[in-house]
Amino acid sequence: MTSNKRIDEPTGTEFVGHEWDGIEELNTPLPRWWLYTFYATILFAIVYVVLYPAWPLIDRATAGTLGWSSRGDLAAEMRAADAARAGVVAKIAATPIEALPSDPQLMQAAVSGGAAAFKVNCVQCHGAGAAGSPGYPNLNDDDWIWGGTLTEIEYTLTHGIRWDAAAETRSNFMPAFEGSFDAGQVNALAGHVLSLSGKAKPNATGAQMFADNCAACHGAGGEGLPAVGGPALNDVIWLYGGSAAEIGKQILAPRHGVMPAWQGRLDPVTIKMLAAYVHARGGGQAPAPAAPQPEAAKVAAK
Amino acid sequence: MGSALYEAGRTVHNKRIDGPFRRFKWAIMVITLTIYYATPWLRWDRGPYAPDQAVLVDLSNRRFYMFDIEIWPHEFYFVAGLLIMAGIGLFLVTSAVGRAWCGYACPQTVWTDLFQHVDRFFDGDRNARARLDKAPWTAAKTARRLAKWAVYLAIAFWTGGAWIMYFADAPTLTHDFWSGTADPIAYATVAVLTGTTFWLGGFMREQVCIYMCPWPRIQTAMLDEKSLIVTYKDWRGEQRGSLKKAAKNPEKYGDCIDCQLCVAVCPTGIDIREGQQIGCITCGLCIDACDRVMKETGRPRGLIDYATLDQCDAERAGAPARPAWKALLRPRTFIYFGVWAGIGAGLLFALGTRTHTDLTVAPDRNPPFMLLKDGSVRNAYTLRLRNMEARPRDMEVALQGLPAGAVMWTDSISLENAAPTQTVTVRANETRVLRAYVLLPSGATASAFAFRLTAQDEQHESDTAETTFAMPGAE
Repeated sequence: MTSNKRIDEPTGTEFVGHEWDGIEELNTPLPRWWLYTFYATILFAIVYVVLYPAWPLIDRATAGTLGWSSRGDLAAEMRAADAARAGVVAKIAATPIEALPSDPQLMQAAVSGGAAAFKVNCVQCHGAGAAGSPGYPNLNDDDWIWGGTLTEIEYTLTHGIRWDAAAETRSNFMPAFEGSFDAGQVNALAGHVLSLSGKAKPNATGAQMFADNCAACHGAGGEGLPAVGGPALNDVIWLYGGSAAEIGKQILAPRHGVMPAWQGRLDPVTIKMLAAYVHARGGGQAPAPAAPQPEAAKVAAK
Repeated sequence: MGSALYEAGRTVHNKRIDGPFRRFKWAIMVITLTIYYATPWLRWDRGPYAPDQAVLVDLSNRRFYMFDIEIWPHEFYFVAGLLIMAGIGLFLVTSAVGRAWCGYACPQTVWTDLFQHVDRFFDGDRNARARLDKAPWTAAKTARRLAKWAVYLAIAFWTGGAWIMYFADAPTLTHDFWSGTADPIAYATVAVLTGTTFWLGGFMREQVCIYMCPWPRIQTAMLDEKSLIVTYKDWRGEQRGSLKKAAKNPEKYGDCIDCQLCVAVCPTGIDIREGQQIGCITCGLCIDACDRVMKETGRPRGLIDYATLDQCDAERAGAPARPAWKALLRPRTFIYFGVWAGIGAGLLFALGTRTHTDLTVAPDRNPPFMLLKDGSVRNAYTLRLRNMEARPRDMEVALQGLPAGAVMWTDSISLENAAPTQTVTVRANETRVLRAYVLLPSGATASAFAFRLTAQDEQHESDTAETTFAMPGAE
């Protein structure tokens, strides 16, 4: 080969010997360190293949002698996160729920944890914003069928509503008045119910029917009875719709929502955090003061 | 044939030279290295709530401090603007003075220069170094090499060590570093930078400029016949010949006495007399060398000189030499300078007029509003109150443009204390995130309104954030 070595005059560079239509390729050599760098990358690749997962198999990749895997990394990070949370979790577990708000930092941690648990366990019925939908209560407002204090929310979460498998579940059933009332009576009663929130004119028939059939659970003025889960009827919030027709339908054939008991499915700390989150959505109630409530006093005065 | 595919390594043993360009290089080296190594140790009093390091890139707290300026993440456009200015600055320098960045200020050039001085200190000047390179590995040579590499390593380590000081409080980090309690990332960064400095500055040197760096390639596209380059004035120098030959036959020979001093002093080992080439970083050391030879031989200086190709053509045709600084006066330079200065002025203006109080509002979208028992409507908002002062401040949040009776409370101010305005404390240098609830009494309606944030101090800086109030049936 050395015999036919030709040199390009202007540059002093050797020709490679390739020619295309008179255009020839010059040999401008790369530095040798470049070649060694290339060999080094090959060596690196071989070492990498031995040490780390590399060759894809049907359902996994070759393991690598270091035993590293991204799943292992994730598991380690999760363990580390659990360990980092352990202190706070233990503190929440040791704190009675009604004492949580007095420790704003702990309350904040509980609300954050509850927000995460809510997204997994609760949004299916209550919605991502906890705003509910017809039949599924809104958790942001100040209307609580079973009570809106931290303790009451925690109880509801723990034991569920009409969840037969839980012995202490919250339960009540509104009787169906289908067959008892005729259409006119239903209209009169529905009219009275609407009048409680000022949406219709009061009528004597409806008022009498209400006092006879409904006041025991819903309260004389329709203010509700959270202790037995009697919904308030004197406000603008309606679980199954607030028109006369929808109220009539509920009188004739009431629907009863069911919420599972979370005891046994979620640990007590998660339930506590969920209660804190729901309470912090904006409508949570403070524990009832010792003095009689103004509402109760008003009823008593009547 | 195979061996010709790759070029064997060679070491540039550049000869010592003195002259104006060499002294300029010394000055630049001292200035740049001093800035690099000393800056993190400058202190700057910002009060008790902010670090007292003059220049600090605080990645963990997401703050960038530079003397009196503090940049928050949302103001990153200042940093972006600086980077754009640096980029355009390179274009500007290239347009005005050619590859001056390569020749004087590029870190690769500065550190290579430093390492070449170390070579000279240990192994002597050009010829002694070349001889030692070829010499067999005796105990003396080994000892000398190990000592030299130890100094390389010390410089490299110091370089890597200085780098991390920009990212944490320098005295604390130094203490932690030596007591073994610093973050592993600090050690890894120092290790990587020590390695690259040792390798690139100690051994790769001009190979970085010729084979690795993209900037010379980009510059080949930016240089034209009006660019200032270091060039050999061949019409004056050719035919080359020794003084003896020229004395015998003055008509035949030019000014170049072919002493090879320009080649000997070149830090990248090129022959400038071959013309413009990618290996020429325009450091001007060959000008120093040639000017000295011209002086000694009694000829005018500037056989090798800064000049434009246009000027070379003019001189070849007999025009007089023109001062090199006149090459600065060209439209391209003015345009680059205009853009560069414009961005700089814009940044300065923005810096001067920015406030240290900021409010952003995000209304809850799910649910957009909440109907309460008594018919009143509640909306929820996430407020971000930014206190960019290095002191805690009380800030008042007020509702603007809502009907009377509208009140607000927050996750930290209970419903019982609901009012049209609330005052909260925001800690120094922090963003406080508030969940705010706004309640509109039954019967009232509203749509657009604003939150107004006012700092409760002498300056009363304020910011207003527009948002909406969602109502049932108002979609």
